[in-house]
Amino acid sequence: MDIRTPVATSYGDWLQKFEETWKSQIAKLTAKFGSAIEETRMPVAFATDVPIVYVKAEKIVEVLSFVKTDPDFVYDLLSDLTAIDEMPAEPRFEVVYNLFSYSKPCRMRFKVRVSEGQDVPTLTGVWKGANWAEREVFDMFGIKFRGHPDLRRILMDVRWEGHPLRKDYPLRGYQIFPTAMPVDPTLLED
Amino acid sequence: MGKDGSAVYLTTRLDDFINWGRKNALWPLPFGTSCCGIEMMASLAADYDMARFGAEAMRFSPRQADLLIVAGIIVSKMAPVLRNVYDQMADPKWVMSFGACASSGGIFNVYSVTQGIDTVIPVDVYVPGCPPAPEGVLHALMRLQDRVARGDTHSQRRIAAAARGEKTTSGLIIN
Repeated sequence: MDIRTPVATSYGDWLQKFEETWKSQIAKLTAKFGSAIEETRMPVAFATDVPIVYVKAEKIVEVLSFVKTDPDFVYDLLSDLTAIDEMPAEPRFEVVYNLFSYSKPCRMRFKVRVSEGQDVPTLTGVWKGANWAEREVFDMFGIKFRGHPDLRRILMDVRWEGHPLRKDYPLRGYQIFPTAMPVDPTLLED
Repeated sequence: MGKDGSAVYLTTRLDDFINWGRKNALWPLPFGTSCCGIEMMASLAADYDMARFGAEAMRFSPRQADLLIVAGIIVSKMAPVLRNVYDQMADPKWVMSFGACASSGGIFNVYSVTQGIDTVIPVDVYVPGCPPAPEGVLHALMRLQDRVARGDTHSQRRIAAAARGEKTTSGLIIN
């Protein structure tokens, strides 16, 4: 059996609870943003537990600030911001935004396709917590976030070369530094 | 002193006498970075009781310790910190590499994990296992005591070589 074959699953009772909510929300999104919504994927038809909405990179901040505040959506929690490297595919990267609504309560996932060297608008203006998550995505994948207040490496040593979670980074690409990580002196001042 | 209170003499070399003292008073610095640290605590606790071997005085300052027990994964960002801690310990000093991760990287053969702490500091005794049982720690401790008594550790060889006026090396596989 091909391991990529979707396995039949009920996805708990998410579908019974939220299918109508999700369908009306996606209808509203496509009506409002039109061509900015590239593609939508609903559970069961695709191997996913929550709907996935692909958005054009230029429109992502507008769409996410809309779903954060609009009374029909109220996805007020940015539960995670991460990325995937789908290397043979083009565009290569997907930036993933996992949202959660406290009031419904349900989840929805937004994705942005990014090619090598292309940057994504920062989400720090909508959720402040996106700051470190975007730094981690930059550190691990080298995706740049336009307008980010402080886009530095967050996990790896500042002397590290390359971005280790890229598919073309060697798994055993060790880089051992004999001395502790140098600290930028300007960061020590208030 | 004899059993009847009379004076009895024991002749030995001063070096052997000092090493006898050293091996029975190892003061460990616990460098527990992951799950092996739990097993290290178990070997200190009542059931196994490392105090029987004179190694119960845990010191959390490298200045006051002479046995560095590295118990756990050392990620590459931690490696310079470990080197710093080792450098801050006073000679003579000993290193126990506790568990598979500290000894070889363990199952973590990836970019972010040091493949054995002997790439960063010289190691005197390795304890295999994931994690090692406390019996393994006690066994390693006794082997280390044997080596300290013989003066056959990295630190003691380095001191002896310096005393003979030889040029010393860092004792590292990768410097």
